[in-house]
Amino acid sequence: MTAQRDKSKIIPGTTIFDGAESRKGYRINKFAMSFTKPENREAFTADEEAYMEKWDLSDQERLFLRDRDFRGLIEECGGNIYMIMKLGTCTGHGLYHVGAQLRGQTFEEFMATRNASGVR
Amino acid sequence: MAKIVGGIGTSHVPSIGKAYDMGQQEEPDWKPVFDAYKPVQKWLAELKPDVAIVVYNDHGSSMFFDKYPTFAIGAADSYPIGDEGWGPRPLPDVPGHPEFSWRLAEELVYNEFDMTVCQELSVEHGFLVPMNLCFPHEPTWPVKTVPIAVNVIQHPLPTATRCYKLGQAIRQAVEACEDDLRVVIFGTGGMSHQLNGTRFGHLNTDFDNDFLEKIEADPIALTNLTHQQIMEEAGAEAVELIMWLTMRGALSDDLTRVHRNYYAPMTTGMGLIALEENA
Repeated sequence: MTAQRDKSKIIPGTTIFDGAESRKGYRINKFAMSFTKPENREAFTADEEAYMEKWDLSDQERLFLRDRDFRGLIEECGGNIYMIMKLGTCTGHGLYHVGAQLRGQTFEEFMATRNASGVR
Repeated sequence: MAKIVGGIGTSHVPSIGKAYDMGQQEEPDWKPVFDAYKPVQKWLAELKPDVAIVVYNDHGSSMFFDKYPTFAIGAADSYPIGDEGWGPRPLPDVPGHPEFSWRLAEELVYNEFDMTVCQELSVEHGFLVPMNLCFPHEPTWPVKTVPIAVNVIQHPLPTATRCYKLGQAIRQAVEACEDDLRVVIFGTGGMSHQLNGTRFGHLNTDFDNDFLEKIEADPIALTNLTHQQIMEEAGAEAVELIMWLTMRGALSDDLTRVHRNYYAPMTTGMGLIALEENA
């Protein structure tokens, strides 16, 4: 069997979404998956705190969500990018806003690094 | 006998679907994306496939990490448009071919590919962007479909070799089917991209162009890539490319390349290749 991953060899600036991340992120990812139902998006938008109360989230996860800190949700809480983007979109933060956060740049700084940023 | 007549490898970047729905096809930065598919649309219109097998991954639309299958096959009459968290796209439901799906499932499982069979499945950008780019859909789609979902988002993932062998098993399964069906197969996803960490936005056009060369001429070389190698070179999310190997495994080596294109405008290498069976 060929080893598919070399865990001793960290890829810089990269989080691999594996079993450990998925266990760590189960709560926040399950919460985010609830946003695939329009009634849940509406309930969150109407009263964020009341909606978060209904779910099993840690204080840190709630804090990151209140602060729209998607980097924190992904890098510290095990958030999966595809799940976290449901939270991003619902709160008006598209993929490139989240990406800029992950890179520690402003949206404008990030967009300036792209080849044809009209594709957005 | 059912027969595979062609294969398409294509990226499935979700923003393409949004741009299409907003009518941005002629905008300067978008135009190269949409124009690239015109020869493929024309080819498919002439090829007239009855069924499209679409190998894709679900990004949290119909599947979640409570039970995320490694390999799954749709077997529904119809596949509704999924809600990924921002409402379903304005596209008609996609017709299925459940009898054919079940035939394929039988052949695949008895050939030791243990597929999860899904009788209810909504489809999302991984499936819809390729369909949308390659086929008209008003008032409805011109082909029936068989979605095949692969886990490429939660490690451990199936190996590149395993994905290629799945393609070979799909070809055998198709050819074991008595019905006279013309089948095309899509391998979707990629190319280079990374959506997490400070390396967000990583592109590798050399890797992508080499992959486009080899998927046609030397797919076995690509089956030797480990997930680690793909992720190091082309970004964590580029592992989606192993799904192109399922498409290629389902084809013979007697092929004509109909079209090939590459464009890397934003955060994902957008690749396209269309291969037709000569026999």
